[in-house]
Amino acid sequence: MTVGFIMMCHEALDRASQVARYWSDRGCPIVVHVDARVARRDYDALRSTLESRANIVFSDRFKCEWGRWSLVQATQAAAGLMLDRFPKVNHVFLASGSCLPLRPVEDLIGYLDARPATDFIESATTEDVPWTKGGLDHERFTLRFPFSWKRQRYLFDGYVRLQRRVGYRRRIPSGIVPHMGSQWWCLTRDTLSQILSHPRRAQFDRYFKRVWIPDESYFQSLVRLVSENVESRSLTLSKFDFQGKPHVFYDDHLQLLRRSDCFVARKIWPRAERLYTAFLSPNAQQGNRAEPNPGKIDRIFAKAVERRRYGRPGLYMTSRFPRKNHENGLTCARYTVFEGFGDLFEDFPDWLKRTTGLRAHGHLFAPERVGFADGLTVFAGALSDSPKLRDYNPEMFLTNLIWNTRGERQAFLYGPRDTVRIGSFFPRDPNADILVISGAWAVPLFKSQRPFNEIRKEAARLQKIENAHLAYLRNSWTKARVQVWTMADFVESPVEPLQSIIEDVAVTRTNQVNEAPRMVDLTGFGQFLQSLRNEGMHPYLMGDFPADPRPESEAPRPRKPYVAR
Amino acid sequence: MSIARRIRLGRKRRRWYIRAIRRRRELDVVRRRAAKMRAADNVVISVLRNEYIRLPYFLRYYRDMGIEHFLFVDNGSDDGSAEYLADQPDCSVWSTSASYSGSRFGLDWVNWLGRRHCLGKWVLCVDVDEFLVFPFCDTRPIQALTDWLDGSEIRSFGTMLLDMYPKGPITESTYEIGQNPMEVLSWFDSGNYTITRNWDFHSLWIQGGPRARAFFADAPRKAPALNKVPLVKWRRGTVFASSTHNVLPRGLNLVFDDVGGEKACGVLLHAKFLNTMAARAREEAARNEHYEGAREYQAYAEGLEGLDLWCTWSEKYINWRQLEILGLMSKGNWA
Repeated sequence: MTVGFIMMCHEALDRASQVARYWSDRGCPIVVHVDARVARRDYDALRSTLESRANIVFSDRFKCEWGRWSLVQATQAAAGLMLDRFPKVNHVFLASGSCLPLRPVEDLIGYLDARPATDFIESATTEDVPWTKGGLDHERFTLRFPFSWKRQRYLFDGYVRLQRRVGYRRRIPSGIVPHMGSQWWCLTRDTLSQILSHPRRAQFDRYFKRVWIPDESYFQSLVRLVSENVESRSLTLSKFDFQGKPHVFYDDHLQLLRRSDCFVARKIWPRAERLYTAFLSPNAQQGNRAEPNPGKIDRIFAKAVERRRYGRPGLYMTSRFPRKNHENGLTCARYTVFEGFGDLFEDFPDWLKRTTGLRAHGHLFAPERVGFADGLTVFAGALSDSPKLRDYNPEMFLTNLIWNTRGERQAFLYGPRDTVRIGSFFPRDPNADILVISGAWAVPLFKSQRPFNEIRKEAARLQKIENAHLAYLRNSWTKARVQVWTMADFVESPVEPLQSIIEDVAVTRTNQVNEAPRMVDLTGFGQFLQSLRNEGMHPYLMGDFPADPRPESEAPRPRKPYVAR
Repeated sequence: MSIARRIRLGRKRRRWYIRAIRRRRELDVVRRRAAKMRAADNVVISVLRNEYIRLPYFLRYYRDMGIEHFLFVDNGSDDGSAEYLADQPDCSVWSTSASYSGSRFGLDWVNWLGRRHCLGKWVLCVDVDEFLVFPFCDTRPIQALTDWLDGSEIRSFGTMLLDMYPKGPITESTYEIGQNPMEVLSWFDSGNYTITRNWDFHSLWIQGGPRARAFFADAPRKAPALNKVPLVKWRRGTVFASSTHNVLPRGLNLVFDDVGGEKACGVLLHAKFLNTMAARAREEAARNEHYEGAREYQAYAEGLEGLDLWCTWSEKYINWRQLEILGLMSKGNWA
């Protein structure tokens, strides 16, 4: 009992010949099919190196084109030849010229001898496979495909559209249930000869001639008619990327391939010298009886496809620049925006850092300079504190900051004095937690010694900006988690919201607020608001602040707030 | 893109294409190794002037990468660069004394050499201070990349120019001939780049890095562009539009995915800030042959003395995998 190989070659014939000699030296018969488009000279060269061997024969050449019937024709011819010329062959293994055996042939023969009646061919019904490309799954079998997808794309697409529009459907020959799968199979002599000498073969051939990519469905469907013992997997390790093209193996995959315990891998880069030397040298391979286990390779290639399709969320770079709403995550990690807290509390970032362990920045978008934590002038990723550089592209400033500090949660202050443009960016970001004390921007004005008419003007400007920002936070496309308190509410009982904020964002677990941030002395603030009102500027974002002085805001400091849990 | 703009862009491309053909007269052959050039699939085209000190390592780096032939345009060197290159077995050399700015900063010559000698080849157009890093470049030659690009029907490969700088004042670093410049310039900025779409060319416009930080903090818009498409499969009609930042036809600029995925891309390590830079900047500023009146070089000439680009957040270069983790390049679906 032995296994015979059919080799379908169309490029890198020197490598194909190397592999053919390897199998031939180990007593395996080989039928070589060379694509008719290969130059005469190259073909002759291959023939002259291999022809002297009794167990290598060349089959008739067909002009093979991807996705077309000619590939099946070539396989049929080669398989027929194999059955005729090598009666001792029990299993026929379909391989390509860019395949490479990873384990000794004896292993494969032993494996197949233990399963003498099993057909190894990936074969699944169209409903059950996710890998079809271009939206054509069942339609491959019910429409006609006389045009080449590679060369006549326009006609191909047009003809598909036309058939869909007129509602044309082909009749599938009775008894056939369309199945698809990898084109690299290993069938028993019995099954293969039944397929090739099937009484209805002419009818099947006529049908599959106009199916799209018949090399992935002809044997896969017919095997179900004649065989009782189908093992639906391929013995060839072959992975496809998201365009449906096979992944290529290079020298640096050597260890991976070794550990996969697969029998044959496809496709190998022709110049991968190390792979060819390692796997084809006479004594390199240690026999073992392990089952093929391509899990690790599967994962690597699956990851590559995922990276190509979805990328790393929050990353903007040379090859990934999603347009709006296709970002798959505006930023890469969660962060918190505190609005108004910096105005109401004197040492808020420091307090936040102490109690929660967050990287607490000041006003990152302040007009004077970027308020990085600890007063740094440069920050992660060499971000500069220059406001001009930042405001040149504030969105990317923020996404860069979050990307550069992956693994460390960031928090920063924001307010209506800061760069306005970014205020319409982070609300769209599901990674943002936005906590707002509305109207707190009035506190620094209240504390400032500027002339009152200037203050009035500034207050009007800031209120307008913040109001627009709040409206933005409330609209339906906001994806951030937003919480808004009016200043009046917050000042009324500051500890409870602080407690819940801390529980929400804390990195270091401190469950209790045992130290509140120091609130600005608000004595006279109500009166200040009243003066603004008297000047005709109506401050409303702070909520209802009583005009008379609040006696209880004069709490002794440091106060020890009590939190009921 | 509106039809009018498309037509304008097409007209621009044809104008540059014809212009490149006409400028061929400016090039005199110093050494042409026609047979070797024909046989090569992966070639480098480079325009240079007085870069003798950089050439030995440049050639070694790209030979190791698997580049089979080099096409150099020597623009009036007087330090023996042309003679040195003409003696190399895998270099073809042209010389010209024509104006650098008058040839669209050398692009006309590059476009002509591409058109004349590189049809169907992969052309890597780099300056002698630019070093390509692509995924798996430590284990796979550039043929692996270009074969894969061919197989995936991709015709161009995008990169970002990554400015490398030394730790300490630039003028105090020392570079020896033949040395790997990254031994001196081992630091870079990892995450301060800004990107916008350049709709005219369907490309990205990347700016930032140490040059923006140190020289253009007050005028960020004027900071140099860092997006480059240096590796292109050359066809009749392909032209570089503005340095290698943009190529036409504009489909070649689509080296990025705009629906969230990552394509395979690389980095061009930019070894500009060697100690030789100060003298160079003064000379170039006076010569006024560079982009926008050598604006960039004027800035360097003024601000280079004692300048240290290094900061505590600078990253030290290790290898391509580091760049990929930092998000400066990507393997895409190449594995």
